Amino acid sequence: MMDLAPYLLLAGLEGLVMASVLMLTALGLSLVFGVMRVVNVAHGEFYMLGAVGAWACAQFVPGHPALAFCVALVVAPLLVGVLAYLADWAILKRINYDPEGTIVSTIGMLYIIQQLTLMSFGPDARAVDAPFYYTIRTPWFGYSSYKLFTVVMALVLVAGLWVMLKRSKWGLVMRATQFDRETAQNFGIPVNRVYSIVFAIGAMLAAIGGVLVVPNQQAHYLMGGDPLLLSFVVVIVGGLGSIPGTIAAAILIGMSDGLLSVFFSPTAAKIFSTLLVAFVLVFKPEGLFGRSNRV
Amino acid sequence: MTLHNGKLLALCVVTVIVLFGLQFVLPPYLTLALTRILILSVFAMGYNMLMGYTGLLSLGHAMFFAAGLYAAGLSTYYWGVTLPVAFVLGIVGAFAVSLVIGLLALRTQAVSFMIVTLMFAQAGYLMTLQFTNITGGDQGLTLPTDARSFGLFGMVVDMTSDTARFNLALLIFTVVLAVLFAITQGPLGRLFVAVRENEPRTQMLGFDTYAIKLTAFTVSGTISGTAGALYGLMFGYIGSSFAGFQNSIEALLYTLIGGPGTLLGPLLGTAVMTMLIDRLSGITTAYLIVIGVLLIVVNLWFPKGILGTIRDRWLGWLK
Amino acid sequence: MRVMNKGQNRRSVLAGLAGTGLLMASPGIIGRARAQSGDAIRLGAPFHRTGIGASYGRWYERTANAALEVINAGGGINGMPVEMIVEDDGTDPKRGVELIEKFSAEHKVDAVFGHLFSHVAAATAPRAGELKMPYFLCSEAHTLAAGGFNRYCFQPSISDVKSQVSSMAPWISENLGKKITLIYPDYAFGYDHRDNMTAAIKAQGGEVVADIAIPPTETTFTRYMPRIPFNTEVIYHVMVGPAVMTFVKELGEHLGSNRPEIFGFIDSLEAVDIGIPQLEYLEGTHFWEGHARYAQADQTEFDKFYREKVGVDENGASVDDARDISTYAHMFSVWETLFAMKQAMEMADYKGPDQKVAFLEAMEAIEGFEASNEFPQGEKLFNGKTHQSFAHQNISKVTDGKLEVVYRTSIEETLYEDETDYTQMSF
Repeated sequence: MMDLAPYLLLAGLEGLVMASVLMLTALGLSLVFGVMRVVNVAHGEFYMLGAVGAWACAQFVPGHPALAFCVALVVAPLLVGVLAYLADWAILKRINYDPEGTIVSTIGMLYIIQQLTLMSFGPDARAVDAPFYYTIRTPWFGYSSYKLFTVVMALVLVAGLWVMLKRSKWGLVMRATQFDRETAQNFGIPVNRVYSIVFAIGAMLAAIGGVLVVPNQQAHYLMGGDPLLLSFVVVIVGGLGSIPGTIAAAILIGMSDGLLSVFFSPTAAKIFSTLLVAFVLVFKPEGLFGRSNRV
Repeated sequence: MTLHNGKLLALCVVTVIVLFGLQFVLPPYLTLALTRILILSVFAMGYNMLMGYTGLLSLGHAMFFAAGLYAAGLSTYYWGVTLPVAFVLGIVGAFAVSLVIGLLALRTQAVSFMIVTLMFAQAGYLMTLQFTNITGGDQGLTLPTDARSFGLFGMVVDMTSDTARFNLALLIFTVVLAVLFAITQGPLGRLFVAVRENEPRTQMLGFDTYAIKLTAFTVSGTISGTAGALYGLMFGYIGSSFAGFQNSIEALLYTLIGGPGTLLGPLLGTAVMTMLIDRLSGITTAYLIVIGVLLIVVNLWFPKGILGTIRDRWLGWLK
Repeated sequence: MRVMNKGQNRRSVLAGLAGTGLLMASPGIIGRARAQSGDAIRLGAPFHRTGIGASYGRWYERTANAALEVINAGGGINGMPVEMIVEDDGTDPKRGVELIEKFSAEHKVDAVFGHLFSHVAAATAPRAGELKMPYFLCSEAHTLAAGGFNRYCFQPSISDVKSQVSSMAPWISENLGKKITLIYPDYAFGYDHRDNMTAAIKAQGGEVVADIAIPPTETTFTRYMPRIPFNTEVIYHVMVGPAVMTFVKELGEHLGSNRPEIFGFIDSLEAVDIGIPQLEYLEGTHFWEGHARYAQADQTEFDKFYREKVGVDENGASVDDARDISTYAHMFSVWETLFAMKQAMEMADYKGPDQKVAFLEAMEAIEGFEASNEFPQGEKLFNGKTHQSFAHQNISKVTDGKLEVVYRTSIEETLYEDETDYTQMSF
């Protein structure tokens, strides 16, 4: 068996990769909950659509895989964003963002997106070429350099989102809506439009996660389940709607999942994290990080 | 004791009689399908107890169905207990699980409640996979031949006989229907509805709403588990897909379609959905899409379900 | 006005639902009217159209369609045309059980065939026995030959895991090494591999130094790789599910050029193109193949005929799309199973379900099959007592990005002592 140090190094790397993709998808979920106070159960399907979109781009864009990858990174999230915008307009707006109704409706969306993908994309898993191949060799094991690239990409995107939320006018509008919907409306903020756009941005973050992950894994119509579950875990452990809490929780959950599933069975790791969510909600609903956030 | 809502009682009796008669006219496959519908509608009736009458939307009822299924199935598989004993053990198992989960989950409300029940159910599902050497995991366990029949009062009931299965399912369905009639049309049922309509006011009137909700939760989980135990023993197969997310969603959907908060709604919803899915699966592989479409459509335009709409428009006693 | 509209809306939904109700009831009745015995042979085909077995299911269906076309063009069975009713079981044992009931009670089929994934087959087989429904597996599961099922279940084409594995072990220990690390899916099919390989390699004087079970729905695998001990001489892998390619790719990334020998069951790469850059490291490694994916230099005319009918080119890909790789090492079992059923039905002069027992007794009396257009994988011995076939197995080496058969076992190498005798059971 491998010595402990390289073993931990590998587990740490895997955890880091996972944490970074998770950070993106969970931030999407968290943003939607934070501003709109609704839970989007179809979030994992937007992630899946991102991956399938990347596959589609790889089919249509000729030349080097890196080119298709760059196109996918822009086109797939945009299309997913448009879809989410439409879903918000066609469904969520009409039930007036009733929290329970939204969960039921987004479960419906989950099935529709999944099954439409099955009908069009098919039931097979499909591989997408990575933009580059280079395996980093250590004395004990090799590691895909692309995986490390996803960590960098995720960090850049999260930093960008952070700046947008804190510095831009749009960020201010969103925060105002989050803070107090009615006052925001009185100040002339088009709350309904903000909701649609936030829902779209949340979906786009998930889709970007899907695009980043698909050269490592493969696009498959059922791939949305795990990221949904883990995003839930992260958002709840981090405190519903709290962005810094979400980031901290993503790192914690990503790293501990990497470590736990190296030392125990991955199923045991999942049992641990689902029970963690349940008990956090029962006993410490404001999350493990940060103060209460008005649930 | 005065009889409340005689019209509804009459309708229930007629329904049971019609169901009994159906086995003489339906072709074998539809009788088999109806057997399955009866058991699943017991599941949905249990779900409706909580969601329809008490207003608590759970996303994890597969956990109780599976608790009954596994408690009954495993006890006959490993200890060889007779089917009636296994059935009772299944109900006891579901009762225990729903009581414990209820104590925890009812500390939360609304969205948190939905997520907590979802997460507990997910953990339960994963445990059936984790302990594969006991549960058989994904592959599940098939009950041995000697667990496919039982003797009761000198009669041998054969679980591989379609007639025996149908009538047994109908018997359990009728008993559950009677119990639920007594609960929902009586004082306890009015308390459930009071919690649904206005919990703070109910509290102010001096009722312990936590205890009321816990009662509803436990009754609901136990009935769902009864359906699970019956399903496992009757069809001789237990496996982890019964504990999965989709099973919880199906109970929700059956109830939503039929009419939450109506006694016979779950039966109607289950019948409609089961047959629809069974038909569609022969036409397209993406038959689950119908679940998605109906969830959205019902939620948007049709939140009371079939019987709920009829009740609101024409027949007020239909509850 | 608005309220009125809303009301009408609801009523129209109500009407729509009522209509749907009628629609649902009707095909059931039509279906029953159609299912009359004597005019055709009806076969129920629960394929894995969706779920983790989807890539197999798609090719099983194509192969079955091709075989039925050949059978019907040749006059069907006993003068009756053969029809196939396909349903999707979602690779889900629960649905598998429901479907066999549907095939029996509604479609009233003569037999059911085509289950591959062992967890689905294991759940379905006992119910088939209860329903007295002839049930033909294309699954490799050893449970049948071990006596775990009943007299209605047969596997007349593909060899079971025990016979595959025990015929591979001597070759592996002589040519690759004696210290083995097993990587397998965490359910029954994987345990068959683990248990049989552990026993078989011990018999050769080798040992299993580690065994790593991976859930079949897993999507990333790097985290499992550190469990491979450094003293491993041979990595033995057999994976299934949608993420098989990720598994093989990550295995390569992890190991690098300084790798031990690798012996895989082609299951790890069924429906995956071997010639892609990420899989270059597989060059020189070995695979078990039930039926050789790439047309070999000594290709039989039977294999050529079979490829042409199913629509597979000499690289094992669809003739319509070179990127659409078949599950070639397994799907012959669907083709051959149909012809085995045909043979038994003809021996029994089968006309309908009343002669079910005669049909199955004829099946039990069959002693084997010759290599032919009907049995393109090659000759086989059929054991009427265990209901299981035994056939030649192939070991292929990846050479220039293609699989080249380097050893073909004899049938004797795949045999083991009988573990059951179904003919002693009643029907």
